[in-house]
Amino acid sequence: MGMRKVAVIGAGMTKFVRRAQETPKELSWEAAHMALESCEMTMDDIEAVCLGTAPDAFDGVHLNGEYLSDGAGAWRKPYMRSYVGGGTGVFVPIQGWYHIASGLFDVVMVVAEEKMSSYYPHAQAAFLTIFDHTTERPLKPNLLWIFALEMNRYMTTYGISKADIAQVAVQHKRNAADHPCALLGDANITLDDILNSEVLAWPVQRFDVSPVSDGAVAVILAAEHIAKRITDKPVWIEGVGWHLDTAYWTNRDLAYPRYVEYAARMAYDMAGIKEPRKEINIAEPYDPFDYKALHHLEGLQLAERGKAPELYSDGTASRTGNMPVCPSGGLLGVGNPIAAAGLMKIAELFWQLRGEAGARQVPGQPRRGLAQAWGDLMQVGTVVIMGR
Amino acid sequence: MQERVAIVGVGCTGFRSITPEQSYKEMVYEAAMRAYTDAGVDPRRDVESFVTVAEDFHEGTSIFDEYTPDQIGGALKPVHTITGDGLHGIATAYMLIRTGQFDIVAIEGHSKASNIKTLSEVTAYAQDPVLNRPLKLNSHFIAGLEMNRYLFETGTSHEHCAAVVVKNRYNALNNPFAPYGADLTIEDVLSGSMLSWPLGKRETAEHSDGAILMVLASEDKASYLTDKPIWILGAGWNNDSAALENRDWAHAIYAEEAARMAYRQAGINNPLEAIDIAEVDDTYAYKELQALEALGFCREGEAGILTVEGFTSPDSGLPVNVSGGSLGMGNLLEANGLARAYEIVLQLRGEAGARQVEDVNIGLAQSWRGVPSSSGAVLILAN
Repeated sequence: MGMRKVAVIGAGMTKFVRRAQETPKELSWEAAHMALESCEMTMDDIEAVCLGTAPDAFDGVHLNGEYLSDGAGAWRKPYMRSYVGGGTGVFVPIQGWYHIASGLFDVVMVVAEEKMSSYYPHAQAAFLTIFDHTTERPLKPNLLWIFALEMNRYMTTYGISKADIAQVAVQHKRNAADHPCALLGDANITLDDILNSEVLAWPVQRFDVSPVSDGAVAVILAAEHIAKRITDKPVWIEGVGWHLDTAYWTNRDLAYPRYVEYAARMAYDMAGIKEPRKEINIAEPYDPFDYKALHHLEGLQLAERGKAPELYSDGTASRTGNMPVCPSGGLLGVGNPIAAAGLMKIAELFWQLRGEAGARQVPGQPRRGLAQAWGDLMQVGTVVIMGR
Repeated sequence: MQERVAIVGVGCTGFRSITPEQSYKEMVYEAAMRAYTDAGVDPRRDVESFVTVAEDFHEGTSIFDEYTPDQIGGALKPVHTITGDGLHGIATAYMLIRTGQFDIVAIEGHSKASNIKTLSEVTAYAQDPVLNRPLKLNSHFIAGLEMNRYLFETGTSHEHCAAVVVKNRYNALNNPFAPYGADLTIEDVLSGSMLSWPLGKRETAEHSDGAILMVLASEDKASYLTDKPIWILGAGWNNDSAALENRDWAHAIYAEEAARMAYRQAGINNPLEAIDIAEVDDTYAYKELQALEALGFCREGEAGILTVEGFTSPDSGLPVNVSGGSLGMGNLLEANGLARAYEIVLQLRGEAGARQVEDVNIGLAQSWRGVPSSSGAVLILAN
C-alpha cells in the first residue's frame, strides 16, 4: 500500500516586524485565523494542531508549547510541539505530514510562532545557553562568531569572495520589496551597501545577517479526499526529509552541510526525484546569513560544491531565472522569526505553485518547489518538497 | 501505510533521587544500550528514526535537541524532539511507522531533576507571563487549588487521596527500580506536613533521575525481532485550556478526550471490562483518582471509594500503578509517561517479577504534563 497523500490547502502569515505589540499567543492566533479563512474552514474542521517555536528562552516561558496551545487553536484537541532548533519551521509541516500520513487524522493545522523581541536587551543573548555547558559555555561563544567561522571556512575552501556572497543579500532583499509582510525589503539596495555595512565578526557584516523579528505563520494540511473537496488547487507534499548530525560540531567540516544533503536525499527519494536541478522549479533554501543560502543550495544538490554563487551571477536564481531562489525574499528580506521564518517558506511555495504570489509570482507556472531549513549547532537539515 | 506497530524493546536505568556519578548522556546511553540489546537491533544499522522528549528549561540548555543524537546512536539520522511527555513521544514514533516511511523508530526520555537547583521557580515559569506570573503562584499551590476543587465537586475525601499514597508506595516495595517504597498507613500520610492545603507533602511525588528508551517496529519487523511484541492498540493525546482562568478545575478533560481517542482506535467501549491493568498519573495522589474517573473506569466520585476498598490493588479488579507510580518511583519530568508504559510492557510480557499480575492482556498508560498544563496522553497496549 502506498503512502497517504497530504496536501497544503491554506496558509496565513502575520507581518514580520521588529517588535510586535501582540503577545506570542495573539501572534499565533492571527496566523491561524488567516490560514483558516484562506480555505474557508473553522476550528471545528481541525482535528489536530502541530506547533513549532524555537527556544523557550525567547518567550521566557517554561513549557512554551503548553503556553501557546490555546493561541494556536489547540483547545481540546490533540496537540504536539516539535523541535529541531532553527530547522523547526520546515520540520513542523513534516510533523503535520506524519500526523495525516499515519492515517490518524485528516485535517491538521500547523502553526509556527516566534517572538524574539521580548528577550532583553537582545535575542542573541539567549543563544549563549545553546552551547555545551561544560566544554563550550565557559568560552562565552556568540552565535555570530561560529557563523563567521563557518563562512570563513566556506570562502577559504572554494575561493569564494565577499562580493560573491553579498549578491545573495542584494537579490533576496530586493525580492522582499514585493512581500507585504517583509521587514527588510529594499528594491534599491546595492552590492556596495552590503559590503560597506558594519562588521560584526569578520567576515560577517550587518547586511549579511537576517534581522531579529517577531511573527507567526500557519498552514492547513489535509488528506487527499478532503483536499480535493476543499480546493481545486491543492499543493501536495511530495517529499519530506530531516537529518540531525552529532552535537560535536567542532568535529565537522564546516565547508559542506552533509546533514542537509542527507535530508534532501531522503526527500528526493520520497518524491521520486532523480535530477533535482531539472525537477525543482523554485528553491527556498534557508538564508539566515547570505552565505548559508549558497551553502544549502550545494547541500541540496542544486549546485556543485563551491559553485552556488554562479546561480546568482548568471541569473539562474533570480525571480525570472531558470530556478528562482527565495522569490519570497527569504529570511534576509522578509525577516527571521526563527520557526515562523521556516514555515513562511512553505507558505511561499503554496502561493507560488497556486499562482497566487502577486508581485512575487515566478513566471512559467512552476510545478515543483523545495523549502529547506537548518539549525541547532550547524547540525540539522529539514527539507519539504511540494508540487502541484 | 503500516497499520500495526509494536514495542519490541525497552531499556531503563532504574530511578534514584540523585545520580551524581552519571551525566544525563551517560544515563541515556545506558538505557539505550539495554533497549537495543532487548530488541536485538543495532542503532546505527537498524533504527531509522529517533524521537526524544525534553524541555529546554528542565535541561538548562536552549535548543536542547542539539544534544539528543549522540548517546542514542542517532547522529546523522532523522532525529527530532517533542516537547511533550513520553507518551506523546511514543505516539509520535507510532505515527512515523504508520506512514510507511520507517520500520524501526526509537523513543527516549529522561529526567535529571537532581541537577535543577531551582525546580520550583522553573516550573512556576510555565505560567502565563502577563496574567498569572505577577501573582507569584507556586506550582504546588495551583495543584492544591485543583485538588480542593476536585474534592469539593466529587465528594472525594482527603482519606481517599491518602489511600492512593499508601497503595502506591507499598507497591513500590516490590519494584527494584523504585526508590520511594514504604509501608505507610493513612494516618501517616495525613499527619505529614502541608504543602498547600489540602495537598500534603506526602501526597506529592518526590523527583527522581533516570532514563528510558523504547524501540518500536512495524508489524513485519516486529514479528521477526521478537516473540513478545507488545502491540499499540491505541494512542490518544489532548490539551485543555492552557490558561488558569478559564479551565475546568475539577475534571481532567484532557485525559477524558485523550482516552476517547485511544479507545476509539482500540475499539474499546467498556474500559473496565477491556483493560486488565492501568498505570496512571499520580504525581499528586488526587490525580490518580481524577484520572481513573476521566478514563471511564468508574463514575465521578467513585475512584476514592474503590481505592479504599482495594479495588485498585495489585490482586484486585483493576490493578492501578502496580509499579508504585510516580509516588513510588519518583516524578521523572518528561519521562513519566515512559515509566508508566514501561511497567505495562513488563506486565504484558510477564517479566514484572515479584509484582507480576496474573492474566493480563490489555494495559493502559496515562500521563499528565504537570502544573500548570492541562495536557496529557493515553496509550493502550496488548500482548
